[in-house]
Amino acid sequence: MEIRVAHLTKHFYDRSRRQTTTAVSDLTLTVPDGTLMGLLGPSGCGKSTTLNMICGLEKPSEGRIFFGSEDVTDLPPEVRGVGMVFQNYALYPHLTVRQNILFPLENLKGAHRPSREEMGRRAQEAAALVEIETLMDRRPRELSGGQQQRVAIARALVKRPRVLLLDEPLSNLDARLRLQTREEICRIQRETGITTLFVTHDQEEAMSISHRIAVMKEGLLMQEGAPQQVYDDPANLFVAKFLGTPPINVLSGEVRKETLLLDGQAVLAVPGAAEGPVWAGIRPEGFLPRPDGPLRCALSRVEVMGRDVSMVCTHPACENGSLRAIVPSRREAEASGGAFALRPDKVFLFDREDETRRPFRTEQA
Amino acid sequence: MEQNNRKAWLYLLPALVLLGGFLVYPLIDVLIYSFEEGFNFASQTYFGVGLYNYQYVLRDPYFLQALKNTFLLVLITVPVSTGLALLISLGLSSIRPLRQLYQTIYFLPYVTNTLAVGLVFMVLFQKTEYTDGLINLMLSWFGGGPVDFIDGPYWAKLFVLCFYTVWVVLPFKILVLTSALASVNQDYYKAARVDGTSRLRTFTRITLPMISPMIVYLVITGFIGAFKAYSDAVALFGTDLNAAGMNTIVGYVYDMLYGASGGYPSYASAAAILLFLIVLTITCVNLLVSRRQVQG
Repeated sequence: MEIRVAHLTKHFYDRSRRQTTTAVSDLTLTVPDGTLMGLLGPSGCGKSTTLNMICGLEKPSEGRIFFGSEDVTDLPPEVRGVGMVFQNYALYPHLTVRQNILFPLENLKGAHRPSREEMGRRAQEAAALVEIETLMDRRPRELSGGQQQRVAIARALVKRPRVLLLDEPLSNLDARLRLQTREEICRIQRETGITTLFVTHDQEEAMSISHRIAVMKEGLLMQEGAPQQVYDDPANLFVAKFLGTPPINVLSGEVRKETLLLDGQAVLAVPGAAEGPVWAGIRPEGFLPRPDGPLRCALSRVEVMGRDVSMVCTHPACENGSLRAIVPSRREAEASGGAFALRPDKVFLFDREDETRRPFRTEQA
Repeated sequence: MEQNNRKAWLYLLPALVLLGGFLVYPLIDVLIYSFEEGFNFASQTYFGVGLYNYQYVLRDPYFLQALKNTFLLVLITVPVSTGLALLISLGLSSIRPLRQLYQTIYFLPYVTNTLAVGLVFMVLFQKTEYTDGLINLMLSWFGGGPVDFIDGPYWAKLFVLCFYTVWVVLPFKILVLTSALASVNQDYYKAARVDGTSRLRTFTRITLPMISPMIVYLVITGFIGAFKAYSDAVALFGTDLNAAGMNTIVGYVYDMLYGASGGYPSYASAAAILLFLIVLTITCVNLLVSRRQVQG
């Protein structure tokens, strides 16, 4: 089931109803049927509010929400057909895992209410999907964080919802479990084919499992697309800075005669770029160590990370003092002495004022 | 380890001495008095040792009356006050405007002096030569005859006592339950809403189990408090409770010691021990039942 929100806006009023905060502003977004989309942004960007509105827990101030062709904006959550997994899982502590999973089914009334046996069968089926059949008679507090997460997903799926919503699904797990659980979510989504939207502030998490990601900032949609596409072609400085670890290096530069100047030195030909001061964003993997390279930095240290090597350098044009380059080997790093050539496809120019992207032509080397 | 143990006991010593001197020793003393027939404080003499005191107390119609009053008081006020407090706290936690004001109003009886409240209740209920009292006035509007709540029939007096007790214990229960309700994570309710849980089911399957430890606490302390009722009855019916037929067990103990017919520490001790046994039994039963119910 496709989820589509159109011009979704949410204002929050303070007590006196005078001051308003706009949590979500004119958001238009489509989650294609059967895909897993990550809604990504820093805390307070309105992503959870968006999720709550889609779920039906929060009423939008303006805009409509569609599941397929059906307008669900005015429907209460229980008839929308949504499954929701809360950040803290919200498992009822006094009920066993089985009772927790059965809970949504027992709420059904009339013709929709399955028989006892059918309920049991469906609970078992949901438990099997998330591989917790052996834990059915335990209570939530006897489970690990990852197992609780699975129970929460099973509870959300047992009603066979049209869409699955997850609020920060991995934030309460430790690093190892996080890696495992995100694959698990990916697998469950693939097996059920359910349209899934999840909220996260962790870009790595979003990039790694989503078919598509949507980046939000202060209630506004910044960019939406396939993870690789958004990473390779950021629409503005915010998106470029938000995606990628280590983060992108931002330097203040200037374009003169289709050439990028950093601290007065020409470092890269940027054919087609408009003249004037710019922010230059360079991905850590965009630096090529060359002893005769045009970008001359002072090398402060080399960090060995096993698979590759991280060079920490300083450059006068650099926004936050030091920049970080990822290079394949220590030998190359030390031989270069802090001089680099740049890969044009890993360099982005942004307007100094509104921080939007300033395109230039790249010929693949 | 040995060293540490000795130190620990040393630290505990002041508290142990005080507790032993002022709590354990008197308790044992009371137990001893209760077996000594006709004990006299002044001469420190007694006639013999045995169960005579208990026999006397258990045959004393005043004690039986007090026992009946106390049991009725406990059985009526504890469920009523807890249920009422639950209803009011649910109401308080579901309204938004003026919540603070309502909470303050409901809490006022807690900080008001028992005897002052008793006076107010006398004004409300007592029939005098000049007026029938406010409640009787209101009853007459609905065609009810005047009832003497203070000196009249037993059921009327018991009603006033129960009403008064419920009113006095309500604020504390409301306070405890509102904070218990507020401490339930809102996400449970959101999850319940997404699953389309009806309000009744949300209450019985989520809210009630979540706050059940607090309810158990209130019931147990409520039982103990109601068994120890005394000042409430005095505030309403004066000091001669036996004559009014509204005595409680604690009142009986007091009367046996210091009342007009007093001066019988042995009988008082026996009655006190009986009260202790009753409260102990009921608290144990309470705990056993609740432990099975609450997965705390």
